[in-house]
Amino acid sequence: MQITPEDAKATSPSFNSAPSEASLAVRFFDSDLWYSFTRSWLTMLAAAITLLLILSAVFAPLIAPNDPLNLQTLNLMDGSKPPFWSQGGEWKFPLGTDQQGRCVYSSILYGMRISLIVGFFGVLLAATIGIGLGLVAGYYGGRVDAFIMRAADVQLTFPAILIALLIDGTTRALVGTAKSEALIFWVLVISIGLSFWVQYARTVRGSTMVERNKDYVHAARLIGLSKSTILFRHVLPNVMGPVMVIATINLALAVITEATLSFLGVGLPPTEPSLGTLIRIGNEFLFSGEWWVVIFPGVTLAVLVLAVNLLGDWLRDALNPKLQ
Amino acid sequence: MMKRTFALTAALLASTLLTSVSADAKSLRWARSQDATTLDPHSGNTGPNHVLMHNMYEPLVIRGFDGKLVGALATSWRVLPTDPTVWEFKLRPGVKFHNGAALTADDVVFSMERAKKPAADMKSLLVSVQSITKVDDMTVQMKTNGPNALLVNNLTNLAIMNKAWAEANNAADPQNLTQKVENGATLAAMGTGPYSLVSRQPDVSTVMKQFDGYWGKADIKNDFTEIVYRPIKENATRIAALLSGEVDFVQDLPPQDIQRLQTTDGITVSAGAENRSIFFGMNIGIPELRGSDVKGKNPFAELKVRQAVNMSINREAIQRVTMRGQSTPQGTIGTPFINGYTKEIDTWPKYDVAAAKALLAEAGYPNGFSVTLHCTNDRYVNDEGICQSAVSMLGQIGIKATLVAQSLRVHFPGIQKGEYDFYLLGWGIPTFDSHYVFNDLYRTKSPSAGTWNGTGYSNAALDAKIDGLNSEVDIAKRNATIADIWKEIQANNVYAPVHMQFIAYATRKGFTIPVDVENTPKMRFVVNSGS
Amino acid sequence: MLAFIIRRLGQAVLVLLTVSLIAFALFRFVGDPTQQMVSQDTSVEERMQIRKDLGLNDAIPIQFLRFVTNAARFEFGISYQNKQPVAKLIAERFPATMELALASAVFALLVGMPMGVYTGLYPTSILSRLFQMISLIGISLPTFLIGILLIFTFSVALGWLPSFGRQGVVKLGSWTTSFLTIEGWRSLVMPAITLGLFQMTLIMRLVRSEMLEVLRTDYIRFARARGLKPSAIHFRHALKNTLIPVITITGLQLGSIIAFAIITETVFQWPGMGLMFLQAVQTVDIPIMSAYLLLVATLYVLINLAVDLLYSAVDPRIRISGKVA
Repeated sequence: MQITPEDAKATSPSFNSAPSEASLAVRFFDSDLWYSFTRSWLTMLAAAITLLLILSAVFAPLIAPNDPLNLQTLNLMDGSKPPFWSQGGEWKFPLGTDQQGRCVYSSILYGMRISLIVGFFGVLLAATIGIGLGLVAGYYGGRVDAFIMRAADVQLTFPAILIALLIDGTTRALVGTAKSEALIFWVLVISIGLSFWVQYARTVRGSTMVERNKDYVHAARLIGLSKSTILFRHVLPNVMGPVMVIATINLALAVITEATLSFLGVGLPPTEPSLGTLIRIGNEFLFSGEWWVVIFPGVTLAVLVLAVNLLGDWLRDALNPKLQ
Repeated sequence: MMKRTFALTAALLASTLLTSVSADAKSLRWARSQDATTLDPHSGNTGPNHVLMHNMYEPLVIRGFDGKLVGALATSWRVLPTDPTVWEFKLRPGVKFHNGAALTADDVVFSMERAKKPAADMKSLLVSVQSITKVDDMTVQMKTNGPNALLVNNLTNLAIMNKAWAEANNAADPQNLTQKVENGATLAAMGTGPYSLVSRQPDVSTVMKQFDGYWGKADIKNDFTEIVYRPIKENATRIAALLSGEVDFVQDLPPQDIQRLQTTDGITVSAGAENRSIFFGMNIGIPELRGSDVKGKNPFAELKVRQAVNMSINREAIQRVTMRGQSTPQGTIGTPFINGYTKEIDTWPKYDVAAAKALLAEAGYPNGFSVTLHCTNDRYVNDEGICQSAVSMLGQIGIKATLVAQSLRVHFPGIQKGEYDFYLLGWGIPTFDSHYVFNDLYRTKSPSAGTWNGTGYSNAALDAKIDGLNSEVDIAKRNATIADIWKEIQANNVYAPVHMQFIAYATRKGFTIPVDVENTPKMRFVVNSGS
Repeated sequence: MLAFIIRRLGQAVLVLLTVSLIAFALFRFVGDPTQQMVSQDTSVEERMQIRKDLGLNDAIPIQFLRFVTNAARFEFGISYQNKQPVAKLIAERFPATMELALASAVFALLVGMPMGVYTGLYPTSILSRLFQMISLIGISLPTFLIGILLIFTFSVALGWLPSFGRQGVVKLGSWTTSFLTIEGWRSLVMPAITLGLFQMTLIMRLVRSEMLEVLRTDYIRFARARGLKPSAIHFRHALKNTLIPVITITGLQLGSIIAFAIITETVFQWPGMGLMFLQAVQTVDIPIMSAYLLLVATLYVLINLAVDLLYSAVDPRIRISGKVA
């Protein structure tokens, strides 16, 4: 195995040996994924939790007992109530309320929703950029390839957090703090998209280089299919396996990134809280005995990311022939 | 390999456990939420700057923890019986600067003139002063434009610097915080205070040690030989540092932590009112709000809208829940500590959503409007929380406020430049007189007044009355004018006052620090129980 | 070899130039270089003069050239907020961040490697599963949560370690170090662990998978067949083979550790560059942002280059593939 610095960096925390064999994609559909899935109770548990959390985020407006985003319904007099099982708690606010009288349980549901949407769009953007550039680089090779890969080098110099902070700071300077808060959602999505595309590009490029010389591509070229048709119809489906793995793991990273930025105070505002914002606000109450304001969002974030990571791990192992 | 690692880890852990927390009883480790912007005593007229200043520099007169005037570098002061426009100060003999130089009238004249320079933020306190002259080595006279019976109240934060030192160290002019780079006094200090500067790294730490030649050393009732001052912005980190014994004194205690800390062994909490009002300002001076869906007109220009805003704020709820009792609801900017305050002016409309909505409808906004609310998140007690509460209260009458919470370093210049539609501000009153409120918050903007008036409110007749206060000698007449002005501005509602904030200090065993009404606790007054 | 070095150097310069261009754009167009020189009542003529004096009317390429030359001399302008030269502010805080990054990298290596070796050798043992679980938690818990948890446990509840700041600092010329005192180490422990946990996880997983792979190779099988002792096989043959990529990655990660220090420094109030950068973002202090950007990129490129060259010296195959790629 050769390690060039780029490869080393591309190696994601949990994605060590990026599979680049075409057979792998085939394996993705042929392998007994289901078998390996049912074999591991941890994976099943992770899948169940992920599903549960995603569903509750999607259906937050239906499940949540209160609407934390509608400030008109907040009553300050409901502030700082403990969870229902503690003295002074009530069923209306199952996990208590924060200082502003916002229901912690509902905030978590809505916060998770925001976190997941940011993560999802971010990953989608990253995958789109990465796959596009990867296909082009891998298919054309030569100067185009060299240029894209050097751009990837520059990109790798900056971790997601740094990129996000820079974009955020730039937006603040350009449009003022007030307007930049309105744009913060897209700032986060773009930051995540811009910082995670390299991995996709590398993987897709590698796979494309292999696919390019396969007989079916030659055949497609011979019958006169256009380059874009070949790329998207024929090459792309074959590299989707590894892309899915990266996307899963990236979703977890994206959620963490969003939470971190919000925690640092440059993410979503307290009136529209994500999980990270909730933790930042809750952190102020860490020592005041109002533990529920910070513990519940914290645990939710950790469980969500852990479950997604477990799924990603399993996917990677199941798809990596070397480790089986 | 593995063994070695474990051995190393073990060694590291062991060394960690063996060293006990260094408990140097002589060192006062002090933490608060923010740092001074500079050590130059005349550059920034803000609390955090004065807090540090008062330990290294001294003014002619200071206020004790209770707010009473006490002589510092001046032993006596009076208005000359022959000329009501001249104040005379007798200086304390035997006072030494940290470099050993003796305090003379030259230093006082130099410092006052320095504080009057255009770059100095402290100049607004000396607007009425025409000239400062040395009578003899121990006597200084200050001539005012007209008679000014209250001048001495303005001098409590005006530090006296060593003239020779300042001139030799590129500090003859105050550092201009809005433009130039540092000067010799930004990171150094040469005063007569009880502590001298050892080292300073902005935003990290400032270390001061006891000054052996301090004139009032005999009166100091504590045994701190050193002060280590550290800004810790995050509330939780600050409290963690206190609980784990790394700091002895936390100045900015969030209200939510008071109860828990009161019952914590070894920690004393003192809480009390600060001479500071917290309020919202509404910009009435612009034709159209910048962040609103109402175009072509400014809703805040309408008195009824401002009244509705005032009515929609549930001050009692903010006091009880957001502030956890640590405030007194208010209807004025101006606390009971100041001259001119009366219970009668300090009233506010009853919290009434329906009536407020009706007022909005009468003003032509039955569905409300949207607006951007700018707030600090690192200056006042629970500032961001107050704004969040206000946003939801305003929402109940249909005003959709978007909250922008930011650092004071961004927020304050914005107010001074009049860039906000709607904003939070707090106003402390070091002169203990209403004029300080009128002059900065209500008077039309001019080079020497209206500095913090971000509302665009301008009233020539009122300005004349405010300016007239400077030279009115007849106290009764002056107070009548003050009452008159209050009546007028209270009816105008350009501000929506919220409360007078309480501040809380937490200290570790061995000493207590009473709450200073100006929130600039002076260590020389701190008494420790000598444990 | 020489061609390879030149190629790599060329690429490094190219990357740096690109980043400088971004930093320049930030400094020149997003920020306002005249901001610290004018006040509200500066007249239009004075403003024009200041712009002229600063060379803001020159052609953009010339301005860029000037920016790069200044940057090479560590002149980054003056901080909007602190009114001090950015270079001075950075110099004050550079040692704190570097020491933290170094300590956490060492921690990540010293703990991550043995864990990786163990899980690679005994993939099914209970301890391995535990390590795997820890590593998963390591990447799943956001850095700031770990920091808060550590403070809560070891400072507040147990009172063992200081909760914030960099203490026991000793001055060595223009460098400040907290490596020389026990106080310094005590204040370093938690931030270093917080920052290093993610990298530790990374290293552990890398070593594990490398070990798994190497143990399957033919020459290890031959070694087994030759009857070598397992410990000799594991450590002399298998581990040795995994070391190079591990050290490479750790080296490369040093760059991102410095950037990730932003979070750790915020949680622990560690007086490093990251904390300053975050404050700069919040207060829109463009000169600091631009300088920090350039600095991190330079550090990263330098580390990258060093690792690259060292590595190619060790393994000639890289040079060949480097040409091909």
